[in-house]
Amino acid sequence: MTPDEKDEFKRRQNARNWVVGGTLLFFAVLFYAITVARIGG
Amino acid sequence: MTASTTTLMPTEWRDFFALTKPRVMTLVVFTAICGLLAAPGSIHPVLGFTAVLAIAMGAGGSAVLNQWWEADLDAGMKRTKDRPLPGGRMRRDDARDFGMFLSGTSLVLMGVAIGWLAAALLLAAIIYYAVIYTMWLKPRTPQNIVIGGGAGAFPPLIGWVAVTGELTAMPILLFAIIFMWTPPHFWALALFVKTDYANVGIPMMPVVRGERHTRHQILAYTVLLAPIAIAPWLIGGTSWVYGSVAVVLSLMFFALAWPVGLRTRAETDPMKQEILLFKFSIAYLFVLFAALVADRVLFAHGVIGGGYFA
Repeated sequence: MTPDEKDEFKRRQNARNWVVGGTLLFFAVLFYAITVARIGG
Repeated sequence: MTASTTTLMPTEWRDFFALTKPRVMTLVVFTAICGLLAAPGSIHPVLGFTAVLAIAMGAGGSAVLNQWWEADLDAGMKRTKDRPLPGGRMRRDDARDFGMFLSGTSLVLMGVAIGWLAAALLLAAIIYYAVIYTMWLKPRTPQNIVIGGGAGAFPPLIGWVAVTGELTAMPILLFAIIFMWTPPHFWALALFVKTDYANVGIPMMPVVRGERHTRHQILAYTVLLAPIAIAPWLIGGTSWVYGSVAVVLSLMFFALAWPVGLRTRAETDPMKQEILLFKFSIAYLFVLFAALVADRVLFAHGVIGGGYFA
């Protein structure tokens, strides 16, 4: 892999990690909210 | 960049997102929200959001599975050759796993948060699109889109059931509207992209039965769609607000389908009427469902009565 390709590899990996992390966080909050809504209902 | 390094590169997250067909998703989300809002009763906003999210994830998952299965066909069509799989930006197995994961997660989310009837309907929608339509009907029969249209008809039905927890005539009518709307909508598109389908051997109506037959079918389905679109008013499920919009839209659809249905075109014809019909068909569905929601909201606030002309 050339240095440019290595940089691109890192950039894509980082971007994916952020998206996966954000998605997991979103679902953690969503399930908390669903639990509150269902208990309240 | 060489081919070998391309395969080593992690796929961009945007390509995973593109695989879910976000543009198709807007119509799915819109009709699901309409089903949710038009249903009698109420749902907690968080649960309503979750239901729509689960429907969108299910639709996205089945779209991913569709592209996983059709990657070779997509490579042969101008309209689809730049998608992530034929474009070589993603491994095929990754697409399959992503589609399965998205579909599975959507079902669990719907079942746990909303109810298992809605989850069962979502499962039916996913199987309908990814298996019955994509794997079975599409490569075999020119009637593929007629039966396959059922897949796109599920979202308002599921949205409705998420609120009420039961299947009644109204959500089935909403299903039937999209079911009958799909053939004229899709065949109008197929008329001006038929070379693409012919190149990859998909038996779309214009390719197999010819343009003339397809045009007649477009007109026939437009006529059949009208009474179904007006039916929610006729059975007393909505008031004149929805009824009048449905009548006007049906007349407009018919007025645009008439010239498309009966004309024969020259080889160099720019297909303006077909493109116009295709674009109108999208607007038709948006406006019809928006009218349904407006009608039910006005009724809920006591602005209009429940009768035919009240």
